[in-house]
Amino acid sequence: MSKKELQVSAIENGTVIDHIPADKLFSVINVLGLSSLDNPITFGTNLKSTKLGKKAIIKIWDKFLEDDEVNKLALVAPSAKINIIRDYEVVEKKKVNVPEKVEGIVKCMNPKCITNYEKVRTKFTVVNDSPIVLRCHYCEKLTDQEHMEII
Amino acid sequence: MNTHSLVSIEDYTKEDIMEVLKSASEFEANPNQPLLEGKVVASLFFEPSTRTRLSFETAISRLGGRIVGFTDASSSSVTKGETLKDTIKMVDNYCDLIVMRHPVEGAARYASEVAVHPILNAGDGANQHPSQTMLDLYSIYKTQGTLENLTICMVGDLKYGRTVHSLLQAMSLFHPTFYFVSPESLKMPDAYKLHLNELNIPYYECRELDEAINKADILYMTRVQRERFADPLEYEKVKNVYILRNAMLANAKENMRILHPLPRVNEIDVDVDENPKAYYFEQARNGVFARQAIICKALGLK
Repeated sequence: MSKKELQVSAIENGTVIDHIPADKLFSVINVLGLSSLDNPITFGTNLKSTKLGKKAIIKIWDKFLEDDEVNKLALVAPSAKINIIRDYEVVEKKKVNVPEKVEGIVKCMNPKCITNYEKVRTKFTVVNDSPIVLRCHYCEKLTDQEHMEII
Repeated sequence: MNTHSLVSIEDYTKEDIMEVLKSASEFEANPNQPLLEGKVVASLFFEPSTRTRLSFETAISRLGGRIVGFTDASSSSVTKGETLKDTIKMVDNYCDLIVMRHPVEGAARYASEVAVHPILNAGDGANQHPSQTMLDLYSIYKTQGTLENLTICMVGDLKYGRTVHSLLQAMSLFHPTFYFVSPESLKMPDAYKLHLNELNIPYYECRELDEAINKADILYMTRVQRERFADPLEYEKVKNVYILRNAMLANAKENMRILHPLPRVNEIDVDVDENPKAYYFEQARNGVFARQAIICKALGLK
């Protein structure tokens, strides 16, 4: 491994979420509920990236993402990569995959949809994954990435 | 969720559609059949729709069923703040089938997940109105003898009109060609055009009605509503462009028929009514037979 200086310090055990577009950092913090975690977390943003221009990175000590957390991450930052760290070594690298169905995570953008009137768990099928477009199971209207609001 | 509900036209396969059309023609030949004897059907109209309600209730009556329900939300417990879920749970206890109309989109799908008995969607806001689509398909089938390889010309408000969207979805199963005639501001939404592109279904967009009339097997007229225009001047400019007059039909195909989901305002001149190609009143009559067929399919009768 090259000895170049790390822009964000390494962690012993936990998860590194890399290749987050810089402007999506705060969305990722929100959807993963990181502000309410007690674990040590470091954030870096506006770091150089050949792919993204400017990227952000999140390192969370002693936390490994659950499947539904990976799904949420996929919706706001589909380009992100997940690295699982044990004893300072990357033991697993994961791409995030946009799931086929999204349930209970996203709000339907149609104000006239039943899910915005009554307490109904939202359900969508993913009709396009880049950019992400979701079709509501109830009102059948499309919600695109630009209007996507995480519950 | 119960699988016998009809919430969206997409709930029906091509085979389901053909089965219902066949059944509808049998009801047309013999409308009074006591298949619903001893059954109670709830007719829940959370917003008024006299035309659809009378058509459904006539279908139920001709099948010998009994009807309970309400004709608008002000006469139900909705005004007391009851949720849709609770209203459906309660009514589901009493009846064998629920016909519902609701102003909120997706309400019927949600009801079909809450209820044990089948739900027939009689319109959920701007979303779906599948029994209207089935009566449109029945009218097309009856007048053309087939649903395959037809040229369908849709006219008027193609942006907000749910009847044209559902008809487009259903006809897409039968190798159609579409002509879309609308003002610029009320064009067919891209989502539907992408859907047609994926299926390799040809479509043409025109601003002028004259261009498309002579090619059509079915001329499907809809109302251009004043309230759809942010700018009243824009409405004034286009309101007379999409009016069908008898003189325009001189070179139309012999088999061509004019459909309209009704109510019409002025988009079909009354001088068209006497033309044998005018089919919109008979189309409404077909609604009863189509609904008899849909009800029986939902309950597994016949």
